[in-house]
Amino acid sequence: MFDFTYTVWILLIPLILFVLIGLVGHKFKPIVSGIVGTSGLGISFLLSWYTAWKYFFVVGRSGDAFQQIIGYNSVWLRFSEKLHIDMGVLLDPISVMMLLVITTVSFMVHVYSIGYMKGERGYHRFFSFLSLFSFSMLGLVVATNIFQMYIFWELVGVSSYLLIGFYYERDTAVAASKKAFIVTRFADLGFLIGILLLSVFTGTFDFITLTSPTGPAIGTPPAATFLGLSVMTWAMIFVFIGGAGKSAMFPLHIWLPDAMEGPTPVSALIHAATMVVAGVFLVARMFPIFTAEPISLTVVAWVGAFTSLFAAVIACTQFDIKRVLAYSTMSQIGMMMTALGVSGFGGHEGLGYMASMFHLFTHAFFKSLLFLGAGAIIHAVHSNFMYDMGRLHKRLPITHATFLIACLAIAGVPPLAGFFSKDEILAAAMHGNPVIYIIMILVSGLTAFYMFRLYYNIFWGKDTQYEHTPHESPKVMTIPLMLLAIGAAAAGFIPFSDFISTDRIPFESHLEWQVAVPAVLVALIGIGIATLMYLKVTTWPDKVAKWFRGFYTAAYHKFYIDEVYLFVTKKIIFNYISRPVAWFDRHIVDGAMNGLSYVTNQTSNRIKGFQSGQLQQYALTFVSSVILLALIFIYLWTN
Amino acid sequence: MFEGIPITWFLVVSTIMFFVGIFGFLVRKNLITMLMSTELILNSVGINFVAFNRILYPGQLEGMFFTIFIIAVAAAEASIAIAIILNIYRRMKNIDVEKINEMKY
Repeated sequence: MFDFTYTVWILLIPLILFVLIGLVGHKFKPIVSGIVGTSGLGISFLLSWYTAWKYFFVVGRSGDAFQQIIGYNSVWLRFSEKLHIDMGVLLDPISVMMLLVITTVSFMVHVYSIGYMKGERGYHRFFSFLSLFSFSMLGLVVATNIFQMYIFWELVGVSSYLLIGFYYERDTAVAASKKAFIVTRFADLGFLIGILLLSVFTGTFDFITLTSPTGPAIGTPPAATFLGLSVMTWAMIFVFIGGAGKSAMFPLHIWLPDAMEGPTPVSALIHAATMVVAGVFLVARMFPIFTAEPISLTVVAWVGAFTSLFAAVIACTQFDIKRVLAYSTMSQIGMMMTALGVSGFGGHEGLGYMASMFHLFTHAFFKSLLFLGAGAIIHAVHSNFMYDMGRLHKRLPITHATFLIACLAIAGVPPLAGFFSKDEILAAAMHGNPVIYIIMILVSGLTAFYMFRLYYNIFWGKDTQYEHTPHESPKVMTIPLMLLAIGAAAAGFIPFSDFISTDRIPFESHLEWQVAVPAVLVALIGIGIATLMYLKVTTWPDKVAKWFRGFYTAAYHKFYIDEVYLFVTKKIIFNYISRPVAWFDRHIVDGAMNGLSYVTNQTSNRIKGFQSGQLQQYALTFVSSVILLALIFIYLWTN
Repeated sequence: MFEGIPITWFLVVSTIMFFVGIFGFLVRKNLITMLMSTELILNSVGINFVAFNRILYPGQLEGMFFTIFIIAVAAAEASIAIAIILNIYRRMKNIDVEKINEMKY
């Protein structure tokens, strides 16, 4: 049995680097923190690939299925014989895959940041926070039990808060980081309730026990029900709420567009490839229980599908390139959730599960590539907005080429990676639910459209006069772009169903022509319309906006969801709940304390006359008390 | 020598002395006069002790020993009190007890 204990170092190296760089990084030249952070993560990267090779190709299988191997485990809090919280590393097909994704993208982002953050104040702080984030995310995916996952879940939220608010002197950045943290924390309340329900009714936190077909959650589920749904359904719905917050599903999505206030490498790492997929990963991790409770899976599917469509529509109207990418991320994650939602269990039935994980894998590559490319563009043009850009294809050749590859990949054009993963999702949707299939096709078309709208507006379109000539980024920034582009192009050829499946037994999945052809057609139509509208400067965009006038305005304002939230919090919650509570605290609670001290003060004022300094008054008091006591003892004391 | 004098007479005398002493302590303004009243109180207690000793324990002498004790202690305490009064006079130029009230709120 191969010893996988070394895998705990994949997590510990970033943690040690966080502390090290955070404490002493400022004493050295900034580049030292960059190089130390990157090398540390490079070691984690190499260890992950080694683990993946060993797990998938050498020792992982036993018989037909991949096993769930506990690499490292230590019992932390023992509540009872069966109920204990451990800290450990669980190796499982999806967790090993996530190790690959996280370390690869993080490593690329580290290398990129050495160049991108050059000259910024707080350079070493950035790298220490990046390491903290890497540690938290890695801990989340290898968690052996749901409580450890919750701890790392919160840690990821904190790292995200620190990184979004990196430019803490800017009000907008501070507000955005608070919003992200509060919204995800609110969702985590749901997650916690789900954890408590699960653990109370099954008596364990451990993933292997919870997801085992003969275990206390699936084999012999608790019989209790509440309002017609079984307890396990409620638990799974609450757990999904937690996942929905982290993965920016409607209506908990409001934090993701604002999170673009952070530096662009942060957006690439956290809000494209890793943190936002934590919700999808959670659903995948608990998938056996989800399939045992079909209602919860339906909720997942519809929330995912709605979010996907909602975000795709909004992305068509935004001008800030990072916002377009943020909504695009929301849409793609919606697709991943939908794929999980329509999936069955076991062999080919679990196609949706495999498709979701496949799309997660490929999406990490092309989305982080898109964000890093956007960072290079913003770096060159000094503006976030599309209308300040144009005709950059000659001036930024490498960025242009890699961005184009990423756009083609996300649009689903063969033979790039996005085509294969999106195809699997559409196939799963078609077998699962025809309405959802139609929604997914629509979303694919919209995706192709808005991505190429973005592409043309930046690299073609109008001939903007630039103040400073935009120049290509240094090699340290373009090399990660190129490496990620190779991933975006080639990752589609990995036979994913040989590795990832619902019951960990590999199965066969082929390209279905009846799914592939409509998908590619829809993508080409989307690209075609975008080309007609945006390749050269035309009046088509304004004309189309006028046709859809009301709907366009609503979409441009993100369907006013932020305003609704502001209204509910400011007018309703603040006025009817916060104000009375504050009044109560200030007047009654503080009033009681103040009153107590007032009484003491007044009493003391009245009786201070006793200490007059007059010796004979003291003696009089003394004598009269003695006489009084003597009288009491002689006449009134009955023993 | 004292047979025939009822115990009550001794106790009445000592009680009167005691309350005269307390009255004097509470009423007089001069510190030295207050000291004299204190001596009265102490001596009244001494008389009490001796009287009870004679009546209750004719053969034993503990009460008288204690009275000698009281006299000795009263003498020592009076000397200390005089020392304090002298110091007060040096500081305040006055030994009126109503004027010495600095230790107050």
